[in-house]
Amino acid sequence: MSVSFLISQAKGVQKVIDENSAEIEVLDQKIGDGDHIFNIQRGLKLVVELEDSIKDLPLAKALNMIAMKVLSGIGGSSGALFGTFFMTMAKSPDLDKDVDFNKACEMIISGIKAMKERGKANVGEKTMMDVLIPVSEKLNELKNEREFKSGLNEVIKIAEERMLSTKDMLATKGRASFLGERAKGHIDPGARSSQLIIDTICKSVINN
Amino acid sequence: MKKFINNNDDFLKESLTGFGKAHSDIINVNLDPSFVSRKNKTKDGKVSLISGGGSGHEPMHGGFVGHGMLDAACPGFVFSAPTPDQMQAAAEHVDSGAGVLFIVKNYSGDIMNFQMGAEMYSGKNDSIVTNDDVAVEDSTFTTGRRGVAATVLVEKIVGSLAEHGGSLEECKKLGEKVNKNAGTMGVAFTSCTVPAAGKPTFDIGDDEMEFGVGIHGEPGRKREKIQPSKTIAGNILEAILDNLKPEKNEKNLLFVNGMGGTPLTELYLVYEDACQILQSKGVQVTKSLVGNYCTSLEMQGASITLLKCDDEILKHWDSPVHTAAMRWGM
Repeated sequence: MSVSFLISQAKGVQKVIDENSAEIEVLDQKIGDGDHIFNIQRGLKLVVELEDSIKDLPLAKALNMIAMKVLSGIGGSSGALFGTFFMTMAKSPDLDKDVDFNKACEMIISGIKAMKERGKANVGEKTMMDVLIPVSEKLNELKNEREFKSGLNEVIKIAEERMLSTKDMLATKGRASFLGERAKGHIDPGARSSQLIIDTICKSVINN
Repeated sequence: MKKFINNNDDFLKESLTGFGKAHSDIINVNLDPSFVSRKNKTKDGKVSLISGGGSGHEPMHGGFVGHGMLDAACPGFVFSAPTPDQMQAAAEHVDSGAGVLFIVKNYSGDIMNFQMGAEMYSGKNDSIVTNDDVAVEDSTFTTGRRGVAATVLVEKIVGSLAEHGGSLEECKKLGEKVNKNAGTMGVAFTSCTVPAAGKPTFDIGDDEMEFGVGIHGEPGRKREKIQPSKTIAGNILEAILDNLKPEKNEKNLLFVNGMGGTPLTELYLVYEDACQILQSKGVQVTKSLVGNYCTSLEMQGASITLLKCDDEILKHWDSPVHTAAMRWGM
């Protein structure tokens, strides 16, 4: 993981999220208030625009700037959760040394753990954590493998399955929780956007 | 969508700037990060009250900044929680050394962002979370009840105690009491339209209403055919009374709040219906508030809040307040 990797991933994710924005907006209007897609798009735009100011910075500093940008620029639950994610990654030890696959996995795992604590949500509650927690568990299994590309295909699969599994869940966290039974039958918009992010990044790593 | 708007990106900034100019005798508006604060510095020894939340609920919260109520308010984007840097900047700006009490509505985004703001602020601070919406089941396994219109009452009543020299602990205790003594439920006839979305948040038939609606156009528990006002008020009050169980001799404040698109004539009609129903059940109404205080953009609809009042609450309700949206006694 490097600053240029972060920037190129942000651009790739931005493209995919934009392509799927209408779907996410509709999902959120079914069980939320429809702002999730705008928050994600605004956040990605801000991060992509950071390119010139972070491209020559050390990784920890760049991650911190991304964290503050996401935190102050997005708002809502997404801002706090993704801000927490990047802030925690920035605090990882030895970021001045080479960040290999193993190290990158550990950073992502610690970031997702911090999101889980911030949002106090676990799997089965119809949120983005339904995708992120199983992904983090899989990365923990994979992180020491030298041949990790086939493993990343499994991560893609897990993210998709878990995203789809939110459809039949009752929501017990977040704004959809106020709906009771009426939340059933709709995929959680945060789970969908998180799955798209993971899908995009994994595919990009596999293909390079 | 028909709205007074120039372009989406500037919507909030332009509105806040106008708000600042229109009420320049009471408040200042700071941009980047956005917060509304009192024109006059918080006096030494007075606890500072800071609230905030997504925009679109005006006059809440910026309209409640001023003497006897809030010291600062942090507006987020429309229906999105404000960000931690706003809370931090507002706290640093208003805190006179007596500490800061954050007043937060129970929505996940607000809770997380205020929590981070509180962690980032180095001064003494504490928080209270309002959750007066009886339409939502309260359970330790869920996010719980939403914080809605009673937040206005909490801000007024705790604001008075802070003005009278109450400590951070005392302010928090009174805020929690007011929140616990209050119950609210709302109903919507139409949806609202978030400017960035450009279209209504939900579809609703001409003859339908959303019962137990929240303040973001997020659906309530039930979609029903529209009923006469008396029936609607009766159903709302039944849910509230079930929850609050006021004593016969207890004094109560009755608050009919407009969601933004319902005329005052109708709100007063609802107030009359609610008064009659409460009287028939032997529930005493001693204080009143009617108007658009905790809105949901242009949504048509209303919420009813009942607050059980003891002498301390009554005293602080009546005490002077001077804000853009609430002003009496001075």
